[in-house]
Amino acid sequence: MASLITCPHCGVRPKEEFAVRGDASRGRPEPMDADEAWHDYVYVRANPRGRTFEHWHHVAGCRRFLVVERDTATHEVYSVVDAAEFARRVER
Amino acid sequence: MRYSAFSLVRNALSGNLNWKPQWRQPQPKPHYDVIIVGGGGHGLSTAYYLAKEFGVKNVAVLEKGYLGSGNVGRNTTIVRSNYMLPGNEPFYEFSMKLWEGLEQDLNYNVMLSQRGVIMLYHSDAQRDAYVRRGNAMWMEGVAAELIEREQLKKMIPFLNYDHARYPILGGLLQRRAGTARHDAVAWGYARGADRHGVDIIEHCEVTGIRRENGVVTGVETTKGFIGCGKLALAAAGNSSRVGEMADLKLPLESHVLQAFVTEGLKPCIDHVIVYGGGHFYISQSDKGGLVFGAEIDGYSSYAQRGNLATAEHVMEEGVTMIPGLSRVRVLRAWGGVMDMSMDGSPIIDRTSIDNLYLNCGWCTGGFKATPASGYCFAHLIAKNDTHPVARALRLDRFARGYAVDEAGAGPQPNLH
Repeated sequence: MASLITCPHCGVRPKEEFAVRGDASRGRPEPMDADEAWHDYVYVRANPRGRTFEHWHHVAGCRRFLVVERDTATHEVYSVVDAAEFARRVER
Repeated sequence: MRYSAFSLVRNALSGNLNWKPQWRQPQPKPHYDVIIVGGGGHGLSTAYYLAKEFGVKNVAVLEKGYLGSGNVGRNTTIVRSNYMLPGNEPFYEFSMKLWEGLEQDLNYNVMLSQRGVIMLYHSDAQRDAYVRRGNAMWMEGVAAELIEREQLKKMIPFLNYDHARYPILGGLLQRRAGTARHDAVAWGYARGADRHGVDIIEHCEVTGIRRENGVVTGVETTKGFIGCGKLALAAAGNSSRVGEMADLKLPLESHVLQAFVTEGLKPCIDHVIVYGGGHFYISQSDKGGLVFGAEIDGYSSYAQRGNLATAEHVMEEGVTMIPGLSRVRVLRAWGGVMDMSMDGSPIIDRTSIDNLYLNCGWCTGGFKATPASGYCFAHLIAKNDTHPVARALRLDRFARGYAVDEAGAGPQPNLH
């Protein structure tokens, strides 16, 4: 695992400052969506071997949620953006 | 060849030149009744029990690497049945009972050592939690003992009892628990399965699952297409990848767990000791090395190696519990890929495809389950019916609201 994460707010920080929340590529269902949609959102994971987007929480820094793009096989980190910025990009 | 004192003497007298390989290296046949994907502990034990207990002998185990190259050779060898929840404890106790008869059953020395597993507590609240767990074990007929501080000091004098933050107040002991030689478990099951006619095919990676009319007809592999009547997946950390070939969406995340071994020491640690302030666990192998580990690294990973920061954290925990460890040198560290499920408990179940069976989600505790996992999975495959002790370990339990969440951490796999 790459030991350093470049936080867009705090700069280069050791990864121990972060808590990993998990897959960021899934959209949250609407409150009244079917049970199946909620089941998939809460319990099912794509669990890719390769590139993935994850929510990382900078608990020992700015306390912002970030989206880290990295590789689960090589541990290379490709990009780190604020989760709000990531959401705006997904909407566009 | 059956192993016995007689076979030992006879082979010694003939210069040990006549020992046979413990299993064959067959070429795959065009078709099997059952194909098991994954030649780890669980796949091999499934094949063994299918052939021996359930009479299904036309079976192949496909392993992408060499036999025992995955988690069965990467764990810290602990076997125990000190779980709390009613969905788990009967299953793990069934496994513990199989462990106790395994060497006779397999005619193989798996070096089972029932040295006792003790989990330490550091506060009154944690003591209460362990009393509860011990009582839950007794409810399922499993002996547990609460060891108070003064008694524990006599048993294990070298612990850091007066640590300012995590004083050691006592522990919960399961005397029947202990360790087994992990490689020997894989080899023993492989030899046993082979003797019952199972083909164990190493270096044969499954690259696709062929389906016709909604049922599986066989698997594409690096050694060509192999047909099957039933397909059983026991691919551990790669379960999501293999499942994807049949469009299964699984409640799994793959994470890396590290383990460590030190230089050989004279016998000093008699039990398996589990730290309650973190999750550090340690035992001493018969070779003298201290074998230890703790939590997963915390990020999803398919790499069989971990991060240095976690290694440092694990050793800090160890030295907090046993200050003398700071003088010991670590020889090796390695990692294994864990199939972390959404509630920390495993899955042994059918799937939406009639002749496709699933065994996964073992999280960080698959080794101890090896015998029961294989037995229950074989039962399911042979009879198409769930074994009574595995009834709670269903794939659809999340949708139905029956998660078996021992840690109470919710659907956050890196916290289990």
